[in-house]
Amino acid sequence: MARTGTVAGGGRGARGSAAAPPAAVPADDVELTQLQRLELYYWMRLTRSLEERLVNLYRQTKVVGGLFRSLGQEADAVGSAYALERSDVLSPLIRNLGSMLVKGATPVEILKQYMAKGDSPTRGRELNIHFGDTARGFIGQISPLGDMVPVMAGVTLSFKMRRDPRVGLVYVGDGATSTGAFHEGINFAAVQRCPLVVVVENNGYAYSTPTRKQTLAAQFIDKAIGYGIAAEQADGNDVIATYAATRRAVDRARRGDGVTLVELITYRRKGHAEHDNQSYVPAGEIDRWERENDPITRYLARLRSEGVTDDALAAIDARVAREIDEATDLAEQSGVPEALDALVGVYADPPSERPLWYRAGQGGVVDQHERPEGWGTYDAAARGAD
Amino acid sequence: MAEITYLEAIREALFEEMERDADVFCLGEDIGAYGGAFKVTEGLMAKYGESRVIDTPISEIAIVGAAAGAAHMGMRPVVEMQFIDFIANAYDMLTNYVATARYRAFLPCPMVVRGPSGGYVRGGPFHSQNPEAGFVHTPGLKVVYPSTAADAKGLLKAAIRDEDCVLFFEHKYLYRRIKGEMPAGDHVVPIGKARVARDGRDLSIITYAATVYKALEAAQQLEREDGLSVEVLDLRSLAPLDDDAIDATVRKTNRVLIVHEDTRTGGLAGEITARINERCFEWLDAPVLRVTAHDVPLPYAPSLEDFVLPQTADIVLAARRLAAY
Repeated sequence: MARTGTVAGGGRGARGSAAAPPAAVPADDVELTQLQRLELYYWMRLTRSLEERLVNLYRQTKVVGGLFRSLGQEADAVGSAYALERSDVLSPLIRNLGSMLVKGATPVEILKQYMAKGDSPTRGRELNIHFGDTARGFIGQISPLGDMVPVMAGVTLSFKMRRDPRVGLVYVGDGATSTGAFHEGINFAAVQRCPLVVVVENNGYAYSTPTRKQTLAAQFIDKAIGYGIAAEQADGNDVIATYAATRRAVDRARRGDGVTLVELITYRRKGHAEHDNQSYVPAGEIDRWERENDPITRYLARLRSEGVTDDALAAIDARVAREIDEATDLAEQSGVPEALDALVGVYADPPSERPLWYRAGQGGVVDQHERPEGWGTYDAAARGAD
Repeated sequence: MAEITYLEAIREALFEEMERDADVFCLGEDIGAYGGAFKVTEGLMAKYGESRVIDTPISEIAIVGAAAGAAHMGMRPVVEMQFIDFIANAYDMLTNYVATARYRAFLPCPMVVRGPSGGYVRGGPFHSQNPEAGFVHTPGLKVVYPSTAADAKGLLKAAIRDEDCVLFFEHKYLYRRIKGEMPAGDHVVPIGKARVARDGRDLSIITYAATVYKALEAAQQLEREDGLSVEVLDLRSLAPLDDDAIDATVRKTNRVLIVHEDTRTGGLAGEITARINERCFEWLDAPVLRVTAHDVPLPYAPSLEDFVLPQTADIVLAARRLAAY
């Protein structure tokens, strides 16, 4: 089975310490117009700035739950999602805000989700970026890791059965590769030759657990051999390289050549969530990645070397700032969900659960009941029940 | 009209639904070329091909997860668990993913997970289970467990057409022992409706699946030997429960015995008792009693299995105690 397009030399591999950023790898030649290259910058900047806004809102306690950052991973999220067509379907992870934005999620939706607003995409039922929209082609993830691999195997199985030339892409982290669901899902999709791309975002940590405690495999793409599928590996902090590797996998899937395991090597600069103090990270490691291998800094240097002017970049930054301000104003105006909406839509039929009697504003359960004539010892009237 | 077995009724439903709707497809272990461990799906692959009758790897998580993904895209997957005992492997996918999909993400999940369930067949701990209670407890799933051939067919057709995930428990003891005539035409039995299997006045036995027949045997014996008129209510659907049918039988006979083959603690009998307590306590002339399996894994030896599982004599004994209260 072919392992085509593996980028040599770029990956530090799973066994390598996160302390060693990968050397810059020249990206493959890809056909992207300058407009598209600027668009990639816009999505990355929007991702980072939107998260920075969320941090402010979190500190103001307007974000009612946890906050999950993708700082330092914006290139892998944006570049990989950018390889999909509009009609393709993607299943994001908690650090794929950028992927969701590329696929059509809007900043105001993200803000309303985090702020648990009644008109948020999940009407306050789910947290953060856990939401989806099949019309725009992203499927809402759940917290148990790896589960979306079997689900996306099924999504893409339906494409195959209907001879629909669409492709699915599912993200997992280094940690989720240890789950049974990952194994079962990727094997199922491989055997069925589903048009599926499985992206392993190797960001060095699963919560506090470093990759070396997650697997003994030298690199995650080695797992592809066992499944009989193709593999691609790229420097996940290089947005163009990420795009190119994912694009090869997407094209392979669309041609009917089955599943590809894509490993994107990146680094999680923030903790699992905002509360996580990262005490488990070796001293200096985060600073080094920030200083030497920030995906936006790297991409800006590349764009400037390609002749993009500071004015053009400043215009994008201004647009991002304006959009986030407008979205924040809009999100803050929204109200909280109506409590009774909690009972709606567990099933198509019945469309709603009934409130329990002690939440239904009723006097008491006894008053609701008919009794047989002359029943028992309980005399409700004598006891003053109304 | 000729009678067919409970198993043949299930197969007939699969054929009819695959014929009716091109989005219906089956997936599971050994269901295609081999026709399934119990031959429920025999002939399906020959007629509908490998793409609609999929032999899968031994991967319950993937089978259920893939069914969910396909269902989101408008397909109507019917998953077979080779034995329902193995559904435990997919518990996370069913409870965390499938059951929540509509509520949290507005994702429709019209799919069926069906499989041979239950004991009395010397199957031992891993080929005899009745794991329905854990799923009845999970909002977002529907659970049905038919006892007659006609209900097996009609409920499976309803399950395949339902807009949500339905777990369809098939009792393997009944597969080839029970026969029935199929109603003519497109026979669909609505989910959520119980069936009065036997009319009675003096006490009610509420049950489902294989123990329906034990309850009917007990009812005959009680009529013969004690002159008792026993009503038997076959629940058919466990989620949602038919509260109206339960209320009606309680109000009619005022004495209730609940019988199930599942183990006692956390089983359906406890839930039904609580509902009767909440909804029609005043109509009771006696405490609600239950006959269930003992709280042990199901053993293999006939002398052990017969002791652990509810038998007709247990039901007779409990009913007499109830009648005498």
